[in-house]
Amino acid sequence: MLKARHLVKEFGTIKAVMGVSLDLEKGDVLGLLGPNGAGKSTTMKMITGYLEADSGEVEINGINIEEDPIGAKRNLGYLPETAPLYDEMRVIDFLNFIAEVRGLKGHQKRKHVNRAIEMCFLNQVTRQSIYTLSKGYRHRTCFAQAILHDPAMLILDEPTDGLDPNQKHEMRNMIKEMGREKAIIVSTHILEEVDAVCSRVALMNYGQVIFNGTPEDLRAVSPDHKALFVQLTAQNPHEILLSLKENFPKAKFLVDELESNYIRVKVHHHKKELNFNDRFFSLCKDKQWRIDNLETKEGRLDEVFRTLTMPNSRTDWPTASLIWNKRNDPTVTGDLGKL
Amino acid sequence: MTTWLHNFKCLAKRELYSYFCSPIAYIFLVMFLIIIGIFTFGDSLGNFYKLGYADLELPFFTWHPWLFMIFVPAIGMRLWSEELSKGTLELLLTMPINIKQAVLAKYFAGAFMLFLVLFFTTPLIWTVNFLGEPDNGKILSAYLGSFLMAAAFLSISSVCSALTENQVSSFILTLVICLLMILSGFPPILHILREYVPIQLLNLIEQVSIYPHYANFQKGIVSLYDCFYFLAVIIWGLLTTQHILRKK
Repeated sequence: MLKARHLVKEFGTIKAVMGVSLDLEKGDVLGLLGPNGAGKSTTMKMITGYLEADSGEVEINGINIEEDPIGAKRNLGYLPETAPLYDEMRVIDFLNFIAEVRGLKGHQKRKHVNRAIEMCFLNQVTRQSIYTLSKGYRHRTCFAQAILHDPAMLILDEPTDGLDPNQKHEMRNMIKEMGREKAIIVSTHILEEVDAVCSRVALMNYGQVIFNGTPEDLRAVSPDHKALFVQLTAQNPHEILLSLKENFPKAKFLVDELESNYIRVKVHHHKKELNFNDRFFSLCKDKQWRIDNLETKEGRLDEVFRTLTMPNSRTDWPTASLIWNKRNDPTVTGDLGKL
Repeated sequence: MTTWLHNFKCLAKRELYSYFCSPIAYIFLVMFLIIIGIFTFGDSLGNFYKLGYADLELPFFTWHPWLFMIFVPAIGMRLWSEELSKGTLELLLTMPINIKQAVLAKYFAGAFMLFLVLFFTTPLIWTVNFLGEPDNGKILSAYLGSFLMAAAFLSISSVCSALTENQVSSFILTLVICLLMILSGFPPILHILREYVPIQLLNLIEQVSIYPHYANFQKGIVSLYDCFYFLAVIIWGLLTTQHILRKK
C-alpha cells in the first residue's frame, strides 16, 4: 500500500529527514513516534505530496507520487496536525466542497458526506459555521474530510491532540475500526495511543527511524521486559542473593533494593530454569524467607521511548544507534530483547 | 480536461463563497461604490455635472488607478496569506489538484470581484448617455483598461500574499508596489524625474509603469501592445505565485 524509500529533506542547513524508509500494507496501523522535531511531520508531509522530498521516492497503492501526484493523492486521506479548516464555511458546505474536489458527484457525494458525518458524530453541527465549533468538533470535521472519500490510506498527524478523554476514546476506536480495511499512519507522542490503536511502531529521532517493529518488540527493548521482581524479607537479606545464584545458575539476579531486613531482586531469564516457580517457593519455605511482593514486568513504553531518544539518560541500555544498526545488519540474529 | 475544469470550478466557487459568506465582499463593493461616487460627483473632485460635457474620462476613470491601488490589495491580501496562516494550504495541496489550478481558481475569484465592482458602476454609462452623446467606444475601452489594470494589481497582490502569512504585510507590500507602478508613469512625477534621470532610463521606467498603458485605454486607444503589457504582468504574477507556493 505504501512504499517510502530513503526519504531525505533538508531545510537550509537543518537535516529534517535523513533516509527514512517505511512500508505499510492494508490492515497496518503504524504509530510514528518521536520527540518534537524528530522529523515525523516532515516525513508525513512528504508522503502526502505536500512537501517535495530532496531525494527518495513514495509509492501509494503502486502510484509514484512524483510521477502522478494527483493519482496518488486520490488514494490518500490526510489529517494535518493543526486540523486546519475554512472557518467561514459551514460544516456541511466544507464537506461538500471536499467531496467535490475529491471528484464525488450527485448521489455518491451525498452518500459519502452523510457517511463521514455519521462516523464522526457531526450530525448536530452540520449547519454551524466552522469558527463556532469547539476544538473537538473542529478536529472531527477535519477527520471527516480525511475519510470522506474512503481512501485506501490514511495519514493522521496527532489525531487526538486537544481532545478530551471521551473524544480521544472515540477517535481511537474509529482509527482501530478503520485500520482493518486501510493502511494508516498515526503520528503521536502519546504512548498510550500505541497500545490502543497501533499494530506497528516506527520510532524517529533526529530525522531517522531508529526502531521499526511491533509495540511488543519496542517494549522488549526495555531491560525490565519479562523481568521478575521479588521482594523478600529475611533476617539476613545479604545471603539471599548468594543462595538464589547457587540454586538457579541459569537465571540472572540483580539487586534492585537492599535494606537491613529485606531485599528486592530483579530476575532475568528465570524461564531457563526448569520448574522455577515451584523450586523458588520451596526455597523460600526452607530458608524461611517471606515473599512480600512478586511481579513480572513487561517494560514501559515511556521508559523505552525516553531512553532511545535520549541515549545518555541510562548507560545500561543499548543506544538507539546500536539498535538501529543491529536491526539493519543481516548478520545479527536474535530479538531486540536480548540486545 | 473535464477534471481540470471541474476542480477549477470547485476551487473558484469555494473562494467566492468565502468572499460572500463574510462581510468582505459587501464592504468592498459598497465602499468602492461610495468612494468612486464621491470622487466622480464631488464638487472639487470629478465635477461630473459641472464639466459641461458628457464624458467619463476625467470625472470617473481618472480615479481608478488610485482607488484600485487601495482596494485591490484589500481583496488580494487574503488570497494566500490566509491559507498560509490557517494552515489550509496544507489541506488544499494534499487534495487531488495541482498548484496551478489552485492559483488560477483563486485568482479568477478575485478577478470576478473586480469585474463585479466595475459592473455595478455601469449605471453611469446610462446616466452619461441620458445627459448627452458620449463616445461609448471610449467608455468601453476605459472600462477594459480599468479591469486589466485591476487584474494586474491583483496578480501582484497574489504574489505578495504568497510571500507572507501576515495579511497586513501583504496589503502594505502590494500597495507600495502598485503605488510605485503608478507613480513611475504619472506625468507630474515624470516631469520632475526628467531633470535628474537620463532620457533612455526615463523611457524605460515609463514603459514598465502601469499608468501610461492605462491612460491609452482611458483615451479610447486599444492597442495590442498595452493589452500584451497587462497580460504579461498578470501571467508573471500567477507564475511567480505558483513558484513561491511550490517552494514553501
